[in-house]
Amino acid sequence: MTDVSTEVRTTTAGGVGESPFRPDGTFKVTGQFAYSSDLYMEGMLWGTTLRSPHPRARIASIDIGPALKVAGVSAVLTHDDVPGEKVYGLEIADQPVLAYDEVRYQGEPVAIVAADHPETARRAAALIVVDYQVVEPLSDPREAVGHPYWKPVHDEPGERTAMSRDKAPVHPEGNIVRHQRVRFGDPDAATADVVVHGDYEVGMQDQAFLGPESGLAVPGEDGGVDLYVATQWLHVDRRQMAGALRLPEDKIRLTLAGVGGAFGAREDLSMQVHACMLALQTGRPVKMVYSREESFFGHVHRHPALMRYEHGADRDGRLVYVRAHILLDGGAYTSSTPAVVGNASTLGIGPYDVPHVAMDCWGVYTNNPPCGAMRGFGAVQAAFGYESQMDKLAAAVGVSPVEIRMRNAMSEGSVLPTGQVIDSPAPVMELLRRLDAMPLPGAATDDIRLLPGGVSNTTHGEGVRRGVGYAVGIKNVGFSEGFDDFSTARVRLELMGDEPSVLVHTAAVEVGQGLVTVQAQIARSELGVERVTVAAADTQVGSGGSTSASRQTYVTGGAVRAACEAVRSELLERAAERYGPGEFRLVGGRLESTVDGVVGDIASLLVEGAVERTVEWRHRPTQPLDEATGRGDAHVQWAFCAHRAVVDVDVDLGLIRVVEMAAVQDVGKAMNPDAVLGQIHGGTAQGLGLAVMEEVQVVDGKLRNPSFTDYLIPTIMDMPPMRVEVLELADPHAPYGLRGVGEPPTISSTPAIVAAVRAASGIDLKRVPIRPEHLVLR
Amino acid sequence: MEFLRPTSLSEACQLKAEHPDAVPLCGGTDVMVDLNFDRRRPEALLDLTAVPELYEWSRYDGRLRIGAAVPYTAIIEQLATEAPGLAIASRTVGSPQIRNRASVGGNLGSASPAGDALPPLLAANGEVETMSTTGARRIPIHEFFLGPKHNALRPEELIAAVHVPVASGPQQYAKVGTRNAMVIAVCSFSLALHPDTGRIGTGIGSAAPTPRAAPEAEDFLAAELADRWTAPDELPDDVVRRFGELVAAAAEPIDDVRGTADYRRHALSVLARRTLTWTWAEHRSQERAQ
Ligand SMILES: Cc1cc2nc3c(=O)[nH]c(=O)nc-3n(C[C@H](O)[C@H](O)[C@H](O)COP(=O)(O)OP(=O)(O)OC[C@H]3O[C@@H](n4cnc5c(N)ncnc54)[C@H](O)[C@@H]3O)c2cc1C
Repeated sequence: MTDVSTEVRTTTAGGVGESPFRPDGTFKVTGQFAYSSDLYMEGMLWGTTLRSPHPRARIASIDIGPALKVAGVSAVLTHDDVPGEKVYGLEIADQPVLAYDEVRYQGEPVAIVAADHPETARRAAALIVVDYQVVEPLSDPREAVGHPYWKPVHDEPGERTAMSRDKAPVHPEGNIVRHQRVRFGDPDAATADVVVHGDYEVGMQDQAFLGPESGLAVPGEDGGVDLYVATQWLHVDRRQMAGALRLPEDKIRLTLAGVGGAFGAREDLSMQVHACMLALQTGRPVKMVYSREESFFGHVHRHPALMRYEHGADRDGRLVYVRAHILLDGGAYTSSTPAVVGNASTLGIGPYDVPHVAMDCWGVYTNNPPCGAMRGFGAVQAAFGYESQMDKLAAAVGVSPVEIRMRNAMSEGSVLPTGQVIDSPAPVMELLRRLDAMPLPGAATDDIRLLPGGVSNTTHGEGVRRGVGYAVGIKNVGFSEGFDDFSTARVRLELMGDEPSVLVHTAAVEVGQGLVTVQAQIARSELGVERVTVAAADTQVGSGGSTSASRQTYVTGGAVRAACEAVRSELLERAAERYGPGEFRLVGGRLESTVDGVVGDIASLLVEGAVERTVEWRHRPTQPLDEATGRGDAHVQWAFCAHRAVVDVDVDLGLIRVVEMAAVQDVGKAMNPDAVLGQIHGGTAQGLGLAVMEEVQVVDGKLRNPSFTDYLIPTIMDMPPMRVEVLELADPHAPYGLRGVGEPPTISSTPAIVAAVRAASGIDLKRVPIRPEHLVLR
Repeated sequence: MEFLRPTSLSEACQLKAEHPDAVPLCGGTDVMVDLNFDRRRPEALLDLTAVPELYEWSRYDGRLRIGAAVPYTAIIEQLATEAPGLAIASRTVGSPQIRNRASVGGNLGSASPAGDALPPLLAANGEVETMSTTGARRIPIHEFFLGPKHNALRPEELIAAVHVPVASGPQQYAKVGTRNAMVIAVCSFSLALHPDTGRIGTGIGSAAPTPRAAPEAEDFLAAELADRWTAPDELPDDVVRRFGELVAAAAEPIDDVRGTADYRRHALSVLARRTLTWTWAEHRSQERAQ
């Protein structure tokens, strides 16, 4: 395999392609890292939120009187006190800052309190009297969509009917957030020799990030406010806050505080407006920190999905058509449901060449918890469906899971069902070939820690069966469907002491993925200067865009590179002025002339002053999708990962131990190889969680397990060692040829594990996460 | 909130008599969770971590007396041969940090149906030693659990220790959880063979309002084993299966976030069969060695 990634210019230590240490690494491991919940200011108040206990109710009245009487309470605010717009939202403003008239999900904020102690604030909040008239919640997404929409695959979905509107709409416009059709070839006429059907279900996953929602709002002397907060996109927070607070954007200054993790859960606002309202009302700094339990109510989750697939293939297993319905439960408010529908519909047949496609994907409103962004969104749910189908097809045709995928693998030049041509490497075959060539782990041992059940001592080998499963996934990188997706970078090069030193300033958010490190690496490589400081992300520089969609290294990385290039041009102009004729270039901090060889260094060009450039950089434009056909060059870039899972299943108890995960991923260019591995390990673990344990259980709109006592995430005893291979096939359209890395490993991990459990148990599993009873009670 | 910190058991009893509402605090791994979640707002905490007597264990007349505060780590490291069921159960508790702090006394105090130390105490036929200013009591473990998170302790009493016979035969504990570590039991089962008395001990966890024994299963197995102790053969399949059925029948499980009632019953029968197979195999190899 040839490595065709863009050659990087310099050999400066700590540059692109190396793995310098992350600046926060030691602090995090030693417990010294300051998370947003550690913020403190003299004289600050503590804010708390009163939330609805009901998934759906009319609010007849709110009496804050009893709370106001509590000693130590400084403010109690409701929707009446929202200075500006009463609703906000990422794409559509429909989510109340504080509920008025109605609550639409359990945990919806109704009132906020500031007091001199968090406990006082909580107790006062509990005294607020809200008169709720409880209404039966709409909790089944199938009801939300209206039955005419949810028919067997063969029937053409009906038009929007009165029924779907009348079925207790959660919102006056009806319950359908988005219905995206994708039609390719002639799916109605297509027939096939081999046909496999399947119904699949994905439960609601939580991001379970470190460091629950928190921040500190400080009222400014100019009537504005400073907010220190853990978030994912400072500028889009600010835009929504400006509307709600009725303040010009330049009076709202955001600074990123220490983020534990995000995985999409910090894309929507949580405590931002609330803390600022309390701070502006009281004239005091106000800190808000959610507990873990509150966090489960305080952010969106991954959309649960119901999916129905029909795959038709010829006798050799080559796909002829795919017909699919995907129903995503968006919960009470829009959040990013439209984009999730966009991903699921356009990527919902997987990384395969299919001549005829009929895909219908719906996102709907219910009174369940709002769902929105989570790592791999839309692609994760669909992959469980289409990869389950590929295994069924393999069995029906009589070939191996790897072979069926190879026979249908897309490649560079393939056409997506949207009509878009994949115009960069799509090495699906190569990923599978490498995965298949990896050695398998040894047989089960008699160390009970390595058997299903682990230290719980449930088996000494009895009932344990081994299974192997494969899966491949596809994910779009960056914001799709015509979104103006850009980032801004300011790069300043100056002498500190006598040494050249670079300051990189962006508003792009580090959520643990290593963006700070990679920005510094890019500056080192581009400018040949080792001393690089990355300034804290804040709103004193233009938007960095969202830390999501695996886009920051691409887009903010691209912006930092472009700003460095602008700085370099200025240096070369200075060189031309100073050293006269000839072509100049900078090589590893030295200035070379085509005429005289090395004539100086960067420092010599900085004596006359610093060079600073700010650049707004965007990836290539994309197009919206046609609503009826799904036509459109909607995506910027695609990323691919493949997994092989080896599991041991105790078939008598239904307990699972994942023995090994192997992954091959194409990253275009490994900007920081250690960080790339970290993403692949972490993404795989999150996919493992969805496969075998992670689910927010919701019954009639109510959360049953909002804590880590019963929302289980994998421990070190659950996540096995990994074998990982990384390919670097450059995408010619991307900076350095890089491909987004963060989401793809989450996508194929889950279906690979389920395939392995099916292989071990012989049971046709249709739902994730798998629970023990799915394996033993039938 | 008042914070009381006695340095001897008698002082602790004194303080408990003066403050019957004071909540004893041992490892704190249940108490602190309750406080943090605002489920409990006691007037006073009675911190027992400075009472040395509670951290000691001793052997007397073929029995063990294990101080209420002895942490799971000590049980795993020091009592694995004399109280094997309890030691195996201790290994399944929480994480290393939890096992370093948390105690059997606290597990008894909480009296959760899911407490991992409790089924092995039932199977071993243990006793709870309580202490108060009016004296000590020994409560048979089978009479200790009165309801979900409700035990036979009186307000003025503290748990001083648990007593179990030194194991005369193999003991086992197995717990089903949906994670391979750090997990609350979906259901669990403990089995103790007592070749010296011919008795069988059982304990079921997380499958009824309280931890409980399976007396019919015990009697059935004791009868089946009566003639087999000294010349042990492999147990017939139908004996093993019947034992599993009787254990499952003794449970009274519910559907909840952790699992379904049907699954719990099914899993208990599997655990009963497996633990019987393991303990009997161990007994046979011990007999052969003699
Ligand atoms: C992360 C985590 C994981 C856990 N995992 C498990 C698990 O796997 N299995 C399991 O069984 N438990 C588990 N627990 C629960 C807990 O660790 C156990 O119940 C433990 O045995 C409690 O012991 P402790 O010493 O910490 O009790 P404490 O929290 O100090 O006390 C518990 C209760 O007992 C009372 N009490 C304590 N000592 C006395 C005494 N001497 N006299 C009278 N009353 C007393 C207290 O007042 C309180 O009501 C876990 C807890 C956490 C936080």
